[in-house]
Amino acid sequence: MHPFLQSLIGGGLIGLAAAGLLLFNGRIAGISGILFNAASLQQGLWRWAFLGGLLAVGVGARFIGIQASPELAATGLPVLAAAGLLVGVGTQLGNGCTSGHGVCGLARLSPRSLAATATFMAVAGATVFLVRHAAPLLGLVQS
Amino acid sequence: MRVLSAAILGVVFGLGLLISGMLDPAKVLGFLDVAGRWNPQLAFVMGGAIAVAAPAFFLARRRSTALLGAPLEVPGGLPIDTRLLSGAGLFGLGWGLAGICPGPGVVLLGFGGAPAWVFVVAMVVGGLGAEQLKSGRAFPLTQSEA
Repeated sequence: MHPFLQSLIGGGLIGLAAAGLLLFNGRIAGISGILFNAASLQQGLWRWAFLGGLLAVGVGARFIGIQASPELAATGLPVLAAAGLLVGVGTQLGNGCTSGHGVCGLARLSPRSLAATATFMAVAGATVFLVRHAAPLLGLVQS
Repeated sequence: MRVLSAAILGVVFGLGLLISGMLDPAKVLGFLDVAGRWNPQLAFVMGGAIAVAAPAFFLARRRSTALLGAPLEVPGGLPIDTRLLSGAGLFGLGWGLAGICPGPGVVLLGFGGAPAWVFVVAMVVGGLGAEQLKSGRAFPLTQSEA
């Protein structure tokens, strides 16, 4: 299957899950918020159930022999730790991530989510540009 | 029922991430790298997700209660302020460094291995730490949107 079609179908499933969580449970499928509220032990077993479902896909995928991308290990643990901290602080302050703002927020035409999505896309793009193109030119990072 | 429904929908969401290729940071970074060999896959993922989710949000406007009885919590009323934009900026910086956002991070935990754990633990520490640092809890967690 063409990768673009596969991405469209996978995206459709993500949208289906977001629609289901809204219509059946009355909740927004924003993963950062679900994760932080579960981790801070807020009432609501549904959050752990949803996170368990996500986790189960990873466990199942590994069980049937799907490998995690080598890109993940190639990044290096210090960078992953710094990136994780930034993603945690940022999504907490900004009240959302790619799912909460990028999918659910844009699907309901929220100007706030549009502003957030445009901002994190632009900053992420600038970051990749610096790491991949600008830093090697300056001899800061091996390309 | 709400717990069962959330578990099933978590699996559907995770399968969507797996099938769409978004568990691979190389594809995410390939989308963000507009000056390199650009990979538009992430745009198809978001387009597909928004197209399917939008009708549900439209339907939800007319309801105050979800199908399983809980109140429908759709966010609203918050301003576009520096807190939103600086938060989104910090998130973008981290996302651009690793190519992983919270959803794929949790699924990748299931694969096991130190990299996913380091990322997700740091993310939770950052998220809970930022919540504590917010002055006098002037900005409570809006679980509905995040």
